[in-house]
Amino acid sequence: MAAATALRQLAPLGARLTRIPPHGRAAGRLLQQQQRRGLRLSAPAAIQVTVRDALNQALDEELERDERVFLLGEEVAQYDGAYKISRGLWKKYGDKRVIDTPISEMGFAGIAVGAAMAGLRPVCEFMTFNFSMQAIDQVINSAAKTCYMSAGLIGVPIVFRGPNGAAAGVAAQHSQCFAAWYGHCPGLKVVSPWSSEDAKGLLKAAIRDDNPVVMLENELLYGVPFELSEQAQSKDFVIPIGKAKIEREGTHITLVSHSRLVGHCLEAASVLAKEGVECEVINMRTIRPMDIEAVEASIVKTNHLITVEGGWPQFGVGAEICARIMEGPAFNYLDAPAVRVTGTDVPMPYAKILEDSSTPQVKDIIFAVKKVLNI
Amino acid sequence: ASRVMVASRNYADFANEATFEIKKCDLHRLEEGPSTTTVMTREEGLQYYRTMQIIRRMELKSDQMYKQKIIRGFCHLYDGQEACCVGLEAAIKPTDHVITAYRAHGFTYTRGVPVREILAELTGRKGGCAKGKGGSMHMYTKNFYGGNGIVGAQVPLGAGVALACKYFGKNEICLTLYGDGAANQGQIFETYNMAALWKLPCIFICENNRYGMGTSVERAAASTEYYRRGDFIPGLRVDGMDVLCVREAGKFAAEYCRSGKGPIVMELQTYRYHGHSMSDPGISYRTREEIQEVRSKSDPITLLKDRMVNNNLASIEELKDIDAAVKKEVEEAAQFATTDPEPPLEELCNHIYFNEPPFEVRGANQWIKYKSVS
Repeated sequence: MAAATALRQLAPLGARLTRIPPHGRAAGRLLQQQQRRGLRLSAPAAIQVTVRDALNQALDEELERDERVFLLGEEVAQYDGAYKISRGLWKKYGDKRVIDTPISEMGFAGIAVGAAMAGLRPVCEFMTFNFSMQAIDQVINSAAKTCYMSAGLIGVPIVFRGPNGAAAGVAAQHSQCFAAWYGHCPGLKVVSPWSSEDAKGLLKAAIRDDNPVVMLENELLYGVPFELSEQAQSKDFVIPIGKAKIEREGTHITLVSHSRLVGHCLEAASVLAKEGVECEVINMRTIRPMDIEAVEASIVKTNHLITVEGGWPQFGVGAEICARIMEGPAFNYLDAPAVRVTGTDVPMPYAKILEDSSTPQVKDIIFAVKKVLNI
Repeated sequence: ASRVMVASRNYADFANEATFEIKKCDLHRLEEGPSTTTVMTREEGLQYYRTMQIIRRMELKSDQMYKQKIIRGFCHLYDGQEACCVGLEAAIKPTDHVITAYRAHGFTYTRGVPVREILAELTGRKGGCAKGKGGSMHMYTKNFYGGNGIVGAQVPLGAGVALACKYFGKNEICLTLYGDGAANQGQIFETYNMAALWKLPCIFICENNRYGMGTSVERAAASTEYYRRGDFIPGLRVDGMDVLCVREAGKFAAEYCRSGKGPIVMELQTYRYHGHSMSDPGISYRTREEIQEVRSKSDPITLLKDRMVNNNLASIEELKDIDAAVKKEVEEAAQFATTDPEPPLEELCNHIYFNEPPFEVRGANQWIKYKSVS
C-alpha cells in the first residue's frame, strides 16, 4: 500500500499507467477481461502471486484441462487443504475429482498408483513428505519401477506432492528433507520449486508428464509472493522438467541451490555484491534428472562452486553435484575444491536458537563464499 | 461316389452339459451366497481342463528348468492352485482387471500371455513378455497388473484400479489377490477401509494355501477366517480346489461389485504342491503325507476330469489327447524359451521412463554410458 502511494506521488499525469496492478486472482480476471476486449493498456503486466496461489492455479487449470486428473490426500477437499493449496477446488470440481482420504498414507498412495496404472492421472498429496515414509514402498517399488519392469507396457502418470524439508518449530519428525532419498531412484522424476513461477510451471509439467513425479514444495514458501510474468500466467505455461534456471548472473563464484535456499543464495549474493563479489545463483528446479550441464557451464565462467541445500550433508544433493563435477569437464575449471553448505547433521531441534543453527543461514553462505574465494 | 465311413468317435455321444452340486460357501455379512448347483457345458469343461493342464505342465516345466539353472532368482509355482485362476477368469470378462502377487504365472496365462512368452520371461530372453526385464514376479499384460514382489503392496494398487473402473464408469471391476501371509499386512486393512468408504468395485481375494512361506496360518494369524477379516465388508469362503465353486463364487462376487454395493472379500481355500519358492523344498513345515493327501483327494484337475467323465461330458481318451497336445505346446514353449536370445545390452536402460525423449544413463563408471529410449 505504501508503495502504491509513493508511486502515485512520483508519477505525473500518467498516474493511471503506473498503478500497481491487482494481485492474484483479481489480476488474472482483469487480464482475461482486457484480452477479451482487445485492450492492453500497457506493456504485459507481471503480477504478484504467492506460491500457494500459483499451485492452486496450476491444479485448477490441470483439473479443468484433463478429466483424468484428480487430487487425493488428507484434508484436500472439504478442509480446502491442510495448507490451503487446494482451496476452492472441491467446491468447483466435487467429490469425484477432489478426494479426502483417511489417514492411511500407504493405502492411499497405493490406490493412487493403481489408479494411474489403469489410466487416470492422480495428484497424490502427502501432508508433508515426512509422512511419505509410510508410503515410500508404493512410490518406489510400485510407481517408479513399474514402467521398467513391464518393459514399457505400464506407465504410471502420477504426481506425489507436498511440503518437504524444514518448516518452523515443528521439530525432528516433521522437518526432514527427502530430496536425496527420492532423487536416488531411477524411474522417478523429482522437482523442487522455489518461486511461484517454478511452482506453477513445474506442477503443470509434472501433471502432464506420463511418469511418476515427486514434487517437493516448501511450507515456508507457500505464503511468499513472487512476480508471475504474463507468460507464466498463461494456462499452457509449463517449465521443462530437467532444466535449471540462472536466477542471477555472476562471474566470481557459482551458487547452486534448490527450493527455499535459492532465496538465501540471492540474499547472500546481494550482500556480497556490495563487496565486489558477483555470485552466479543457479536454481536447480529439478533434482532428477539433474541439469548438471548448467552447473558445468557456470563453473567454466566462475571457476568456483558452492552447493546450498537444506537437507543433511551425508549422501545429499550437494554431494551428488560435487561428485558429478569431479567426474566431468568442469573439474579442470575449478580453482578451488567444490564446497557444500547444508543442514546441520542433527535431527531438527525445537528451540528457536537451536533450530536457527540447524539450517543454513545467509551468513553461512557468505562465510563459505569467502572461504572458497580466499577473501 | 460313396461316402467312406471312417471309424471315428462320434461326439454326439456326449452330453452337451451337466448340472453339478457344489459346496456351499461360508458367508460373512451376506444373507445369500452363490448357488450350490451349477451347469457346466462340455465346451466349458474342456476349456477349463485344458487351461488347468497347461498351467500345471508349465509350472512343472519351470521346476525342471530351474533345477537346470536356466531359470534364476525367485520362482514361485502355482501347481495345485490352478482352479483359482481358471475359475476366476471364467467368472469375469476380459475387460475386467486383475492384479496379484508374485505367484503369478497362472494368472499371467489366463489373462492372455502365451506360454512361450511366460517361459521366455522366466529364462530372461528378449521374447519374454517383459523382454526379460521383469522375470518371474513381474509379468504384465492388458488389464493385468502383475506380478508384484512386495507382499501386500498389490492390494492398494488393485483398489486403485477399481477406483479407475468406477471413475470411468464402464462397469468394470478389479480382482485383487493376495495370500494368507499377506492377509496380515496393515496396508490391506487401510485398503479395506477406503474401498468400503468409497464403494470401490473391488473383489479382495485371499488365496489361502495354508502357509505363508514356512509359517502355517495358525502360527501367523489370530483369526484364520480370512473371509471375515474385511470386518464391515461382506465375505465368502470358497473351496478353491473346485473350479466350478470358484467360478460360481466369482460370478456372485462380480455381480455384487458391479451392482455398486462396493467391495467384497473372497477366501479361496487352496493348496500349493511346491514349497513357497524353488529354494524351499516345502517339507520342513508340512508332511509329505499332507501333500499326498491333497493330491489324491482334492487335485483340481483330477476333480474336473472325474466330473466330466462321470457325467458323460468327455471320455478319458479325449482328455488324454488334450494332455498330449498340452505337453507338446509346453515343450515347444520351453524350446523357445531356451533358444531365444537374451536381450541385447542396448536394451538395458530402455523403459526407465514412459513416453520420454531419449536420454543418457550412467553405467558402472562415468565412462560407460547407455542410451535410454521409451
